[in-house]
Amino acid sequence: MSDTAASVGYAVHGHEETGFWRTYVFSTDHKMIGRQFLFLGLFMLLIGGTLAMMVRWELAWPETAVPGFSWVPEPYMYEGVIPPQTYNALFTMHATLMIFFVVMPIMVGCFGNFLIPLMIGTRDMAFPKLNMLSFWVGAVAGVVMLSSFFVSGGPAAAGWTAYAPLSAKVQYTGVNWGQDLWILSLIILGASSLMDSINYITTIVNMRAPGMTYFRMPLTVWSLFITAILLLLALPVLTAALAMLLFDRAFGTSFFLPEGGGQPLLWQHMFWFFGHPEVYVLVLPAMGVTSDLLSTFSRKPIFGYHAMAFSMIAIAFLSWIVWGHHMFVSGMNPLLGTAFMMTTMVIAVPSAIKTFNWLGTLWGGNIRFASPMLFALGFVSNFIIGGLSGIFMASTPVDIFIHDTYYIVAHFHYVVAGIIFALFAAVYYWFPKMFGRTMNEGLGKIHFVLTYIFFNGAFFPMHFLGVAGHMRRIYNPTQYEFLLPMQHWNVFITISALLLGASQSIFLYNFIVSLFAGKKAERNPWQANTLEWSAPTPPPHGNFEVQPVVYRGPYEYSSPEVPEDWLPQDRNLGTAATARAH
Amino acid sequence: MLQWLPEDVSTFGHDIDSLFYLIYYITAAVFIIVSVLMVVFLIKYRAQSGRRAVYSHGNTTLEIIWTIVPAAILIVLSFMSVSTWAKIKRFAPDSDFEIQVTAKQFNWDVVYPGADHKFGTSDDVRFDNDIHVPVNKVIRVHLGSQDVIHSFYLPNLRLRQDAVPGRTILVWFEATKPGKYELACSQLCGFGHSGMIGWLYVHSPEDYAKWAADNLSAKPQ
Repeated sequence: MSDTAASVGYAVHGHEETGFWRTYVFSTDHKMIGRQFLFLGLFMLLIGGTLAMMVRWELAWPETAVPGFSWVPEPYMYEGVIPPQTYNALFTMHATLMIFFVVMPIMVGCFGNFLIPLMIGTRDMAFPKLNMLSFWVGAVAGVVMLSSFFVSGGPAAAGWTAYAPLSAKVQYTGVNWGQDLWILSLIILGASSLMDSINYITTIVNMRAPGMTYFRMPLTVWSLFITAILLLLALPVLTAALAMLLFDRAFGTSFFLPEGGGQPLLWQHMFWFFGHPEVYVLVLPAMGVTSDLLSTFSRKPIFGYHAMAFSMIAIAFLSWIVWGHHMFVSGMNPLLGTAFMMTTMVIAVPSAIKTFNWLGTLWGGNIRFASPMLFALGFVSNFIIGGLSGIFMASTPVDIFIHDTYYIVAHFHYVVAGIIFALFAAVYYWFPKMFGRTMNEGLGKIHFVLTYIFFNGAFFPMHFLGVAGHMRRIYNPTQYEFLLPMQHWNVFITISALLLGASQSIFLYNFIVSLFAGKKAERNPWQANTLEWSAPTPPPHGNFEVQPVVYRGPYEYSSPEVPEDWLPQDRNLGTAATARAH
Repeated sequence: MLQWLPEDVSTFGHDIDSLFYLIYYITAAVFIIVSVLMVVFLIKYRAQSGRRAVYSHGNTTLEIIWTIVPAAILIVLSFMSVSTWAKIKRFAPDSDFEIQVTAKQFNWDVVYPGADHKFGTSDDVRFDNDIHVPVNKVIRVHLGSQDVIHSFYLPNLRLRQDAVPGRTILVWFEATKPGKYELACSQLCGFGHSGMIGWLYVHSPEDYAKWAADNLSAKPQ
């Protein structure tokens, strides 16, 4: 602990001493807030993952008792057997937790907070108190969401998309408080994310270190910047839609209820107007992190830096005009379907550009296969599959057949659940900077291999089910004659999913043990260029010993200017070299 | 993988399946090329001591190529999809007869208009979850819902359309082979969503005439 003591001692120089509460609980330090978001997200990952395992159990062995769940009281479960109502609640809450309380808190909340000030070379966020408030408002949202498991009627059961009128009237689902708490929690979480995004945008625009021009920012920062802008613009629409839904439920309005003159499709338009940019909110930070890691571990500049930044900007713009592709079979005007198909095909292009540039980065590299790199490559591999499978749904006629089948479930798990690879990559990569210790590399590699195999075992055969016409969100596939020949795939998927879940215990063990007993980390263990590695490990309150000055872009690996194969952004090589640098 | 597609017994099913196959072959080819390149790069350029990575920031020609080529492929796919979509959605053929299907938690309410060819009159004939139609005839379905959104899904006819409360949506199909085909709900509609099953019976002309004589006219309300 002497290192920690020393760094705390250093921190005391510039700042008033803070007690336990101000250091660990109500901290305004962006790094502590980042860690808090990480722990919140990992805790929710355990719950969200467990719910997924229960869903899978039901699909493979319908209406049999789930081992270890006989303690759940009736009518929620019957001696461990999941009834249909609970099944609907399970997949609803699985998606809600994974999207809003795992990927967003970790990729945006944790890494956004931890990395933005460190990577742009500043002391903290622009609004540290707002930052603290953002975490605690987010935590309240989490408590409200989890409390819905304990109210009469159970949690929300209308799907994470909460299509009205199913979600708009108690009588349709039998869920009373659960759905209301779901709505309230997401409204509260929206406020938290809004505070975050204002902070991120302000910090990036105003507080970059001297020399850190926009086009010297690491792509991780670019991705978080664009994500923050998307969140800022998309969340008010979701909040408005949620408020209208709550009004329909509680105060007798009829925004989405046809009997009062409302429009059920209005909910879908509003939800997906938020929902599609939201998909990119989830995936852009993963793309940014992957770009940084691929370059660092290939010891090679990122291929096409400007193309990478501009393709993210293009995705951000296009993400506002593709929402209708979720609604091809909803009864929307077929001409609109044609228009949304065109925009959807167009948004595939920047994604393709990113993939090709990742390949270009690997080409001619000197690739080190450390565990963060393996996970980053895993993300690329999954993104290729998820990106290509999206083209099927974009084609309106094909979508008629595969809409709402397991084909779409396979597609979005390859993209969104694939983010877990970027998430693990980021945790393995920045763990030394975050906690001052290193995670076990051998366990990391085993964790990668098992996760990669079982992830593909769990999600790839879902394409087969989708081709056979297997609907999503059904409680018992064996009720359908045309699906009976495919049931062995459901069993295969469930076994893979259970093993995928079990493999995560290796990560959990590695994470907890390394937290307390990992090898002490050096300042720059990966020999990386970006500014966070110039700060002490772990960085004290205030981050840098001296204000860093930036002389070049973040990807000057294997530069001919220096004998080593890395060249930190803040190393001064003299004026001649600086003038030449990118 | 595509051998698992349910048997296609619809007139436009072939157009949908052809597009499915086309996209499948294109994406499979891209997947193989990209994956092979990735694996080759990972093996060939693995870290070796004494070797240095190529110091390159990219290549504008390559960027232009891999922007234009995918864009061109996707635009062609769009135009091919547009014509099939229009054929199914916008230029529906004249119908030979019409039925009304109303979804509700958790049943399909099927109504035949009776001798006067009008819905909502006293000679309407109602069935639960069973649709009987003759083969090779264009059937127009007036699709509605009483409560929440359901989705009218006939896998063998490549037909799926959400049933939205407050609206009547017209869909059509023409079955090309007699048989018994499953009708499923494919939009989450509550605790009974799974198992909201109906059946489509496609009859030969003679069988249909017999069924109609037994059930449609001989069943006054």
